[in-house]
Amino acid sequence: MKKQKGQSEFSRFVYQLSKNKMAMIGLVILIIEIFIAIFANQIAPYGYQEIDPTALRQAPSAKHWFGTDEIGRDIFSRVVVGTRYSLSMGILATAISSVIGIVIGAIAGFAGGWTDNIIMRALDVIQSLPGMLLTIVMSAVLGSGYFNTILALSVGAIPGQARMLRANMLKQRKAEYIEAAYSINCSPARIIFKHLVPNSISANIVGMTMGVAHTIIQAASLSFIGLGIQPPTPDWGAMLSGARAFIRKSPHMVIFPGLAIAITVLAVNMLGDGIRDAMDPKLKK
Amino acid sequence: MLRYFLKRLLWMIPIILAVAVVVFTLMMYCPGDPAEIILGSEATEEALENKREELGLNDPYFVRLGRFLSDTFIHFELGTSWVTGIPIADSIVERLPRTMLLSGITLILSFAIGVPLGVIAAVHQNQWQDYLCMVLALVGVSMPNFWLALLLVILFAVKLKWLPALGIGGIQYYILPAISASATHIASAARQSRSSMLDVIRSDYITTARAKGVPENKVILKHALKNALIPIITMMGTQFGKMLGGAMIIETIFSIPGMGTLIITAVNNRDYPVVQTGTIFLAIVFSFSMLLVDMLYAAVDPRIKAQYQNKGRKKAVVKKGAN
Repeated sequence: MKKQKGQSEFSRFVYQLSKNKMAMIGLVILIIEIFIAIFANQIAPYGYQEIDPTALRQAPSAKHWFGTDEIGRDIFSRVVVGTRYSLSMGILATAISSVIGIVIGAIAGFAGGWTDNIIMRALDVIQSLPGMLLTIVMSAVLGSGYFNTILALSVGAIPGQARMLRANMLKQRKAEYIEAAYSINCSPARIIFKHLVPNSISANIVGMTMGVAHTIIQAASLSFIGLGIQPPTPDWGAMLSGARAFIRKSPHMVIFPGLAIAITVLAVNMLGDGIRDAMDPKLKK
Repeated sequence: MLRYFLKRLLWMIPIILAVAVVVFTLMMYCPGDPAEIILGSEATEEALENKREELGLNDPYFVRLGRFLSDTFIHFELGTSWVTGIPIADSIVERLPRTMLLSGITLILSFAIGVPLGVIAAVHQNQWQDYLCMVLALVGVSMPNFWLALLLVILFAVKLKWLPALGIGGIQYYILPAISASATHIASAARQSRSSMLDVIRSDYITTARAKGVPENKVILKHALKNALIPIITMMGTQFGKMLGGAMIIETIFSIPGMGTLIITAVNNRDYPVVQTGTIFLAIVFSFSMLLVDMLYAAVDPRIKAQYQNKGRKKAVVKKGAN
């Protein structure tokens, strides 16, 4: 095995990841998108609500790179501003569901017995609804808007994260170092959060990156069917929803927002595959 | 095996009841006054109050919950839509088969196309076939199904005029919806099959099979694939939930009157009884399909079958094993 500087688990992970070309391409795309999201107002040539009544549903041209929509708004500007919603919703919703899922999973995995049983049965109930349906119902209950939609999106992903952590924790719980920690009188909280969780969490981290990709698609689907983020906010899914009516005469309205979603999800998936491979102990030589 | 099946079947009852309670409770917190939704915004306060009394909305939570559960599960009285007045049971009977058909086609296509692609990629690891399959699969899992559906409509319905853009009818109406609903799942089945084939191909028994001169085709199909199928089937089970959800979105694009259009229209119209009952029915369907997957799983993996047989009949199995 080649000796690398800094033999910690994390630096080995970063090294492995940096050697993966696909993952790096994905990372670069995501960094560019974050940059676009921050400076959206400077990059967009027109305001995202700016209406040009003389240019309705125009095909892409030098003046309007991605064309204009049914009330004469510049689609390029709207796609640029829309960068703020998709990626941030995917990341925030996954972060919320992961934190809640990991805490629940840690409690279930550590406590065992009745506590574990009740938590697992409650997760069974949530999981007997198909994910998208649960998201739709939650979104109907919570109402539209940015933060409500993020909450609605996060609920469905909690059980998966909790189960994954619990399963790995059950394997770790019997390890000798845990017994050692007990014998030097560590508090349960310390054992859970300092020993058990860090040693059981790698599958959850891989799950998170895949979760971001999945959540971005779900968020777009939600605003596409008229829930979640509402027009005139230039969310990509909502733009597609509006463009649907003009699919016969102005297909350009459908192409660009969808392309933006697909590129974002592709980049997240490429990075996610890289993270999975870098963390996979089987691939460590 | 039968005992396990029955146990799982019985266990579904409390789960479904719990789902019903959760969905009912959630629906209570939905924005909007039901009486106003039914009568419209011009109704007088008196009419609204009468309607609330008629619907039993003034009763305490537990009374309403109890009435809902007994109506649904004991009297099979599913109520009517607030908006259209159509009995919900009729809508479900009419629409559920279409959603099941679309999800079923998706399941079959993802298995029939995805698994062979994954096997080809694994067998030719790090060759062009592998790269081609995996790039396609990566693009496939990254493509939102509803966007793919819109692109397919533009190409095949609007430009080429080969296929109808929406509605239901003969088989030609299902081609575009099936392709757009399946693409993601074909891709993820290919990814999963590749990785589980690669896990298996490195095993010692594959080397043994090759060493004793078993033809390569047979090694791949009989020795490797059979073992690699187990994780693939597990994944298909969890994917089926996504397929149902995906079918709901695809239905709205192609105006297929299925459960998806039913529930989504109902959510947008605040037609809560329809949302409530529709959701519970999909949960029942989903639970049954998960049960079927688990059965299939046990049928494919003899280790799992043995595990269930052990319970309560340990001695018999030990005896059999000794012989």
